Amino acid sequence: MTFPPCYEPADDDEPPDPSRRTFMIGSAAATAGLFVSPSLLAQEPQKIADPHAIPISLDVNGKVHTLKLDPRTTLLDALREHLDLTGAKKGCDQGACGACTVLVDGRRINSCITLAAMHQGQKIVTVEGLAVNGRLNPVQAAFIRNDGFQCGYCTSGQVCSAVALLREGHAGSDAEIREWMSGNICRCGCYVGIVAAIREAKHATV
Amino acid sequence: MQPFDFARTSEAAEAIASGGRYVAGGTNLIDLMKADVEHPPRLIDINGIALTKVEPVAGGVRIGALARMSDVAENAIIREHFPVIAQALLASASPQIRNAASLGGNLMQRTRCPYFRELTFAECNKRNPGSGCAAVDSENRSHAVAGGSSACIATHPSDFAVAFAALDGVITLRGPNGERQVAATDFHLLPGNTPHIEHDLKQGELITSLFIPDAPHARRSAYLKIRDRASYEFAVTSAAVGLDLNGGSIRSARVALGGIGTKPWRSREAEGVLAGKNVSAALFREAAEAALRGAKDYGQNGFKIELAKRTLVRALGDLAGGVA
Repeated sequence: MTFPPCYEPADDDEPPDPSRRTFMIGSAAATAGLFVSPSLLAQEPQKIADPHAIPISLDVNGKVHTLKLDPRTTLLDALREHLDLTGAKKGCDQGACGACTVLVDGRRINSCITLAAMHQGQKIVTVEGLAVNGRLNPVQAAFIRNDGFQCGYCTSGQVCSAVALLREGHAGSDAEIREWMSGNICRCGCYVGIVAAIREAKHATV
Repeated sequence: MQPFDFARTSEAAEAIASGGRYVAGGTNLIDLMKADVEHPPRLIDINGIALTKVEPVAGGVRIGALARMSDVAENAIIREHFPVIAQALLASASPQIRNAASLGGNLMQRTRCPYFRELTFAECNKRNPGSGCAAVDSENRSHAVAGGSSACIATHPSDFAVAFAALDGVITLRGPNGERQVAATDFHLLPGNTPHIEHDLKQGELITSLFIPDAPHARRSAYLKIRDRASYEFAVTSAAVGLDLNGGSIRSARVALGGIGTKPWRSREAEGVLAGKNVSAALFREAAEAALRGAKDYGQNGFKIELAKRTLVRALGDLAGGVA
């Protein structure tokens, strides 16, 4: 048999439908149906008014959302659990792995060790906001072309971090790229592909 | 995380009067709150206060306490006049954390001692005064060889604070009764019998700015950090050094060590050895011996004593132009 050639983004490259989570929820429900009685399945999850909730307004990917959140809510949890933006991932949840990296006013930060309430009035961009008019960001396309991932869990953080790295001007050499990507850990060890992708994206953007 | 009341302010006076715990970058505090090591009942977000400038002032540079590590590291004045500061900042943490973390918060960051950070360990005098120290007789490879007591040998984790102490930094604090200045070397306290008291910071006081005096030894300065991996790791040992050279002779020197002390470890002993002498490998070794005199091996961390000496010798040698 022959393997398909490496993915080559076409000119009309469109980000795929972000349906993975929909799929996960759907399949979980189907599996649960085998084991859980219909009466339990029929119950809506109860919305309990949080006595600690405060109004928090977040500008994410160009859209302003007004939420009522417990002040303990991290920026990462606000994005994932309240805005359904599950691109940013919860890896270590203590600022050590970079899977949660997002851009705030153009600067990359770890969204897991900061509170959502601390980012009102700032422009937050997640991996979901990188594609423009249906075209992947050059960094995203370069990650695909260069196999900059295996399992993909760290990839959103890697991509956001790399986008910022290029804007900062820290892609002068492979060694510089590695140093300035040190806040993003890849357990699959795809660093060679990640560095190649960033090197390529640098030339695509200049 | 324990519940807390949250407020934001753009006025220092309001923050000081609030009675709340200050949060800026939050990279250390929020992490520790999630681990339930910290549980402030009131949290006040001070990021709106205009304290982010890096500006030349008479005799040196003033850095606003809310300036971010990444911005200070990139600043032209800092890079040119205080390279040890820029190098220490860039050797710290990751780009993401440096973008978030403020310099005031960097000075306030707490130890990485695993017994402090993990509630399952009952003994930690810093977290729970009087409970004992789990590290003194146990896993202590990462712990301090200088400045410890039987109550605590937790290492101070900051790189920047080491460079700041080396260059005679001064901290401006604003409290309910006005402003005062504290020398960087006096700001962090030795643990003694009260390891939970880490700073000379009174109730309500806010770090508003950091001053670093300009000097020849500040312009010729460097930071060398030794880690268990190449990047994104705390120091095993580090050295912040500055030399004022007249040809091959040392007019004055500044030395502080990181990774080895319960506070940023300024060594006036090493500086005394260096001042007025001619540059040589033997002199640098003599300075290193002086810096580590009295250092204590607690079982697993003894290697740091020799490693710190070698770190200092190499940092001084590189700075002096390849001697040693």
